[in-house]
Amino acid sequence: MSAAMTQASSQAMSHAATDKRCDVSVKDVEISFGRHVVLEKLSLDIAQSEFIVLLGPSGCGKSTLLNAISGLLDVNAGQIWIGGRNVTWEEPKDRGIAMVFQSYALYPRMSVRENMSFGLRVAGMPANEIQKRVADAATMLKITELLDRKPSQLSGGQRQRVAIGRALVRDAGVYLFDEPLSNLDAQLRAELRVEIKRLHQRLRATMIYVTHDQIEALTLADRIAVMKDRVIQQLDTPQKIYREPVNRFVASFVGSPAMNFMPGRVERGATGATFSLGDLSIPIQGYPFKSPGLTGAAVLGIRPEHVLSGAEAGPNAFNAQVEMAEPMGADTLVWCRTPSGASFSVRVDSGPSIAPGDTLPVSFPVGTLSLFEEGPDGRRL
Amino acid sequence: MVAMVEPTGPRPRPLTPARIGLYAFLFISALFFLVPLYVMIVTSLKTMPEIRLGNLLALPSAPSIEAWVKAWSSACTGLTCNGISVGFFNSVKILVPSVIVSIAVGSLTGYALSFWRVPVAGILFGALMTVAFVPYQIFIYPLVRIFASAGISNSLPAIVIIHTIFGLPTMTLLFRNYFASLPIELFKAARVDGAGFFRIFWSVMLPMATPMLIVAVILQVTGIWNDFILGLVFAGRENLPMTVQLNNIVNSTQGERTYNVDMAATLLTALVPLVVYFASGRWFVRGIAAGAVKG
Ligand SMILES: Nc1ncnc2c1ncn2[C@@H]1O[C@H](COP(=O)(O)OP(=O)(O)OP(=O)(O)O)[C@@H](O)[C@H]1O
Ligand SMILES: [Mg+2]
Repeated sequence: MSAAMTQASSQAMSHAATDKRCDVSVKDVEISFGRHVVLEKLSLDIAQSEFIVLLGPSGCGKSTLLNAISGLLDVNAGQIWIGGRNVTWEEPKDRGIAMVFQSYALYPRMSVRENMSFGLRVAGMPANEIQKRVADAATMLKITELLDRKPSQLSGGQRQRVAIGRALVRDAGVYLFDEPLSNLDAQLRAELRVEIKRLHQRLRATMIYVTHDQIEALTLADRIAVMKDRVIQQLDTPQKIYREPVNRFVASFVGSPAMNFMPGRVERGATGATFSLGDLSIPIQGYPFKSPGLTGAAVLGIRPEHVLSGAEAGPNAFNAQVEMAEPMGADTLVWCRTPSGASFSVRVDSGPSIAPGDTLPVSFPVGTLSLFEEGPDGRRL
Repeated sequence: MVAMVEPTGPRPRPLTPARIGLYAFLFISALFFLVPLYVMIVTSLKTMPEIRLGNLLALPSAPSIEAWVKAWSSACTGLTCNGISVGFFNSVKILVPSVIVSIAVGSLTGYALSFWRVPVAGILFGALMTVAFVPYQIFIYPLVRIFASAGISNSLPAIVIIHTIFGLPTMTLLFRNYFASLPIELFKAARVDGAGFFRIFWSVMLPMATPMLIVAVILQVTGIWNDFILGLVFAGRENLPMTVQLNNIVNSTQGERTYNVDMAATLLTALVPLVVYFASGRWFVRGIAAGAVKG
């Protein structure tokens, strides 16, 4: 019966989202604080009902961009469009958005019910309509029994639910989340992550979600925008970002444990393209080079889970020296060295024990490795 | 061998010389403030013949509140002899609107300066703080002239405006600093919710500022109640505050000095700040506890 109720309320909630256009466009936006430029000619087009995650290291301007979209921050140049309307000069309340903050930002002196209904009361909505919307949102988030409590009487997870509920009652077409789960412990985070994903599937609203947790990004997003140094480095599906990072920054920022990088040279011989790592020659025939025929110094990147080891390693295997093993539950991260001394890690099943000093046959399959230009920010070749 | 004692429970606090010195100091300071109060209370309860005996610390042989009654209702303040009650009600008339208006204005400016990007907020705040350090006697003459030309000199509105102006720097500073310590996301959330300048102030910020409101009330009530010179200059003859009346009673030199009446009048005048301190203590602590943003 409660499932039926949830269904009904979700239909009521999603009404506006399917009615209105609520795509978001950020056009050449520039924002600076004094002389400190935070965003530089940033453009981002978000389709209706899309779930976009803004991912990046601390201080890269994720919150700044979100505040600009919400209207809490004026842009120095450029435009913000929401639902086909230029809202650059409009107040937050007129943009058809709702926002969830990292620190919950619940009004401490108001009960949960008052918190959730504040925006509606400000807008002068009739009391019975407010009542209905709050009840619907509370059912959806399973916080009905908390409605008369004060925020100080709630746990962290409950507070975040209330904060999401406060956004939900606004029945907006666009939801903005600024690191909503980063104050919660790992288990609760996983739980609410699933709930947010479910919410998105129900409401079909556009969602823009800021995080620096790559698991959240990979699990939630339709597309991820990886940001660094005032610009978006890559905007793509989680699959593409994970498989084909456009540069070493994206490659190292996304994925855990981190991708291995080994400097060497791309060479072309009788057997096709190879990557030489000291004396070692790794066949890379078939690698989709952006500029075919390229040779010279490069960096090979491969994720620990993509390195083949043991019996799977195949004919191209070479023997690596095991230095250390980190058990991680289901699998073990084994740190190895190539014959030429380059260090890398391999993810293996936790079955047979591997001890330091062992040799482990490994290979780098061409289908999953990436090649980058030299240097810490080298672009994908 | 020293007997080893297994440490459990509260740590023992040996009575060191430093500790004895500290207690002695606290005790003497307490005496220093309490003895004059004691003398005033016992004197106010004595009759004049008993006072003339000169036994300052002795308890009254037959305590009487006659002097209190006289001080309240029939002591002479200059030419009229209606007691200090007139001054009391004048002070209340000045106090209530002044406290309300000054706190209202101060909290609003503090809020505006901390949350809204007023173009010249920095300069404004700096100016306000500088003015706070200028001795206010300097402003008196110009303000008298301004009020005279505005036609509101020597009136209740004049003294209320004066107290609001002179309370503004402290009140603004108090509230600005408090609001600046609140998470900015609360303000952002309220803006997304569509609330405007006054709505955010009234519905979100002010309810959270309860501890500051109590501090502000204590500061303003004691400050305004104890004021002498501003009341004398700006309030006008009909509204002279209690402090001025007290001065008139104590300094009117007709015949013998009635010490018991003077003491009673002084205590009556001091009553309001005293009550405020005693009553607010509990509220103060409660207000601070309730003000915790993250529970
Ligand atoms: N009000 C401000 N005044 C000056 N500089 C600011 C202001 N707000 C942010 N910045 C600067 O802008 C940059 C981007 O800040 P922003 O808050 O957008 O980072 P973020 O990506 O959200 O980081 P985090 O993941 O830590 O939240 C930072 O270098 C920060 O120092
Ligand atoms: Mg941020």
